[in-house]
Amino acid sequence: MFDNPELMKAIFGRLTLEALPFHEPILVATFAVVAIGGVALVGALTYFKLWGYLWTEWFTSVDHKRIGVMYIVLALVMLLRGFADAIMMRAQQAMAFNGSEGYLPAHHFDQIFTAHGVIMIFFVAMPFVTGLMNFVVPLQIGARDVAFPFLNNFSFWMTAVGAALVMVSLFVGEFARTGWLSYPPLSNLAYSPDVGVDYYIWSLQVAGVGTLLSGVNLIATIVKMRAPGMTLMKMPVFTWTALCTNILIVAAFPVLTGVLALLSLDRYVGTNFFTNDFGGNAMMYVNLIWIWGHPEVYILILPAFGVFSEVVSTFSGKRLFGYTSMVYATVVITILSYLVWLHHFFTMGSGASVNSFFGITTMIISIPTGAKMFNWLFTMYRGRIRFEVPMLWTIAFMLTFVVGGMTGVLLAVPPADFVLHNSLFLIAHFHNVIIGGVVFGSFAGITYWFPKAFGFKLDPFWGKMSFWFWVTGFWFAFTPLYVLGLMGVTRRLRVFDDPSLQIWFVIAAFGGILIAIGIASFFVQLAVSIKNRDKLRDVTGDPWNGRTLEWSTSSPPPAYNFAFTPVIHDNDAWWDMKKRGYQRPLEGYKAIHMPSNTAAGIILAGLSGITAFALIWHIWWLVIVGFVALIGTAIGHTFNYHRSFHFPREQVVKAERERTQLLQTVRA
Amino acid sequence: MKPYRIFALLPLLALLGGCNAIVLNPAGDVAMQQRDLVVISTVLMLLIIIPVMALTVFFAWRYRQSNTSAPYDPDWDHSTHLELVIWAAPLLIIICLGAITWMATHLLDPFRPIARTAPGQTVARETKPLKVEVVALDWKWLFIYPDYGIATVNEMAAPVGQPIHFRISASSVMNAFYVPALAGMIYAMPGMQTQLNAVINKPGDFKGFSTNYSGDGFSKMRFDFLAKNDADFGKWVSDIKAAGGNLGRTEYLELERPSEGVPVKKFANVDPNLFHLIVNLCVQPGKMCMHEMAAIDAKGGLGLAGADLVQRIEYDKSARRGSAPVLAKAYVASVCTTNAPMGMEMTEVQQPAPVSSTPLQGAGLPRPGTTFQSFAPRPSNS
Repeated sequence: MFDNPELMKAIFGRLTLEALPFHEPILVATFAVVAIGGVALVGALTYFKLWGYLWTEWFTSVDHKRIGVMYIVLALVMLLRGFADAIMMRAQQAMAFNGSEGYLPAHHFDQIFTAHGVIMIFFVAMPFVTGLMNFVVPLQIGARDVAFPFLNNFSFWMTAVGAALVMVSLFVGEFARTGWLSYPPLSNLAYSPDVGVDYYIWSLQVAGVGTLLSGVNLIATIVKMRAPGMTLMKMPVFTWTALCTNILIVAAFPVLTGVLALLSLDRYVGTNFFTNDFGGNAMMYVNLIWIWGHPEVYILILPAFGVFSEVVSTFSGKRLFGYTSMVYATVVITILSYLVWLHHFFTMGSGASVNSFFGITTMIISIPTGAKMFNWLFTMYRGRIRFEVPMLWTIAFMLTFVVGGMTGVLLAVPPADFVLHNSLFLIAHFHNVIIGGVVFGSFAGITYWFPKAFGFKLDPFWGKMSFWFWVTGFWFAFTPLYVLGLMGVTRRLRVFDDPSLQIWFVIAAFGGILIAIGIASFFVQLAVSIKNRDKLRDVTGDPWNGRTLEWSTSSPPPAYNFAFTPVIHDNDAWWDMKKRGYQRPLEGYKAIHMPSNTAAGIILAGLSGITAFALIWHIWWLVIVGFVALIGTAIGHTFNYHRSFHFPREQVVKAERERTQLLQTVRA
Repeated sequence: MKPYRIFALLPLLALLGGCNAIVLNPAGDVAMQQRDLVVISTVLMLLIIIPVMALTVFFAWRYRQSNTSAPYDPDWDHSTHLELVIWAAPLLIIICLGAITWMATHLLDPFRPIARTAPGQTVARETKPLKVEVVALDWKWLFIYPDYGIATVNEMAAPVGQPIHFRISASSVMNAFYVPALAGMIYAMPGMQTQLNAVINKPGDFKGFSTNYSGDGFSKMRFDFLAKNDADFGKWVSDIKAAGGNLGRTEYLELERPSEGVPVKKFANVDPNLFHLIVNLCVQPGKMCMHEMAAIDAKGGLGLAGADLVQRIEYDKSARRGSAPVLAKAYVASVCTTNAPMGMEMTEVQQPAPVSSTPLQGAGLPRPGTTFQSFAPRPSNS
């Protein structure tokens, strides 16, 4: 049987033993570590009999809080992978001078920078912000869950399966060698015939379904499920940014799905949308991918802006300055983000009028962004600022992000972009805004809402360690790239011939090591905090003297979030309730209608993963089986009539009584 | 926080003195104007960035919790005057920057012939620019000098002070042409032609390279840009002329095969039509050129007769990269019509002899097969 190539091809498609990278020692070593770690994890879960718990309480959960936490866990795991790629690049570029080829061949290096970009954007930054929105938004608007709880679980698993496909590509076959946006013609069949680009396409297609559905879900939640009294202009700013972000997702992600579908048609059935032949036009792909890609930047940064707004107002003990202009600034950014995509390729040769139009629209975005910056600044003005870890991240953001914003506007001047485009200056710029904005925002948000999710604060010492190493590491890693950009060094280079550049790459690598310590400190912080959880315990549910509704319920909140739906009179709803001497009702509890857990989400996502894997390797029979099973399961799930249950009154009473007692111990 | 930041900057300051920031210190007038824009925009923005950073640090320090002497105003959240200022200040700066952008983008449009070779030195109307045709190959650069009939690989030269007009294309994937000392970059794309106008003002040896990732050999896709005075440039050309070497269609097809770190090559004679053929993806004899296809399409297409053209116009270099497509493409091999219901065999699809390189017009295109009668342009649908 094994010597019949036709049969093997019918069964395994393109998948052969050669697809396993036995010849790459780095990958074999990585695989060994991952395998040992995986076996240890599986063994530990089995030993402690945690599989059942994980399955019933987490994997099949439709509770938005649990799903939010799972998104963050996914982001943290993928951060380790994406960061390992970054360190490998830094090491290669610091070594490859004076005729040295470094330690990575082009075939491997090119996969690494592609994977780094894809992972960091789609599987680190996106799950970070989606996780925070999922966890926080229903609590902030006084809802018991999102509008479509099952869809939420399904969305998460689609994202996770997309990430899993990228991880599989590490050990089975290879990832794309095209750069993170896979421009054709390079990504087309003629120049990338291997499975790399197919892994790229299908992991993003699968994850993209998840992102789009979670966008629909959160829009519906915010529009329809706000507590009585919460008009749009009384919504917390984080919820506002979440609304705008999800509108951007719903409007932008179909474009990504569409353009990747066109690319896969080129690759699978020989169409000519982006080929050199037959009137295909690669410039169309570049336009389409950036029509998604630029709003994507704002999809990531807007929730981070929301986090900073909440944090700065809470830790300054003061109402947010200029709430209305903050909201309008967010909305203006949302709209303008669709009118700027061409600034990513001024150098493609559009006319001067087109280039200046897009350059000027890009600059206009800096006006509402600048207004936001001033609003945060004047929130601190005449406040009582507590330098807790979330506030430290916020101040570091304000000092870091303005530099990134400045270099961004600089790159928006087309003739200046002509000398800096695709240079390391550009790399420094977007890391300046994404790390300084999204990553700092995510860490601020995680530290801020962690006590809400788990009932105890994170250890402040290790939080500060993580903070200082991240911030100094960031400046050490990326300031040299600004300088190198001005020296005319371009991105994605594997070897260099000018020895005077080496010192800068060495400094950048040193910055990378500092960031590595920062990441390690974060994980130490988690471990130390879990160990000292009793000391860090918060029983009030309001550890930071918060202002918005999520702090009014217990930490962690009960499955139903609020025993009684609150009534809102102010945009700082909880602050307003505290000020007016709000008393928790102690009587009159009712049974609460709640959605039931379901395994359909994880099964559907798993089948999507199998179908995608089969498509990547051209295993056509499995494509058919997977697809039929996918549709069958989806139809089957519609016959599941046990979608919801009533959370029994006795349990509500019991939970609320426990909370009453706890609160009394605090007061006493 | 503050002391850490200063430490972070110290070694950089020491290094800055020793580094060669070519983007800030270029040798060509266009690049210098672009550099000026970088500086002006930065200074304009620093007008607002520096106060914001200073205020952030100042407010954070002044209103710290332990400083009970500072005023605390927990309900103060609005001030119309302040709101006006915080929207107007960035707006004013963007108005200035926007005006500069609009003018500079038009003046420094790479497609626009340069008006001056240095500040105050306008280009005379009768000045002929040096024409250079640039092709990004896998992974090296081809320069064709149509005025001199010579071509070079991975090295180009230009006389100081003379405007240069580049026409830029690529053979397979997208690249970008960039000589930081000379002028900004512009993409090099297959089947398309971009342009760049520039001038070099100081003699010297500069570096050029691709700034758009194009595959395995991308890192070594570098070339030397030699800025020479007129006499030296003349000698450079005549040396190439004397050394011999021919670059025709056959030699080009050999040259465009993927290779890395290619040493400098020089050709004394070059097919005058080569760049035109490269842009139109028809260097390979027998391929239909893109402009011919476009002309046919503009006339309504070939209808049925177009079917057998498909194989001839395909420009697929995958075999040259040592790999074949996974899925073979399907072609129309025979067409049924009411006149020939059993199908017409199209046997004449074998590679014809090299076509003449004179451009073919759509209407006068020799018919691919003999079985087809003349075809009128398709009537318009509207």
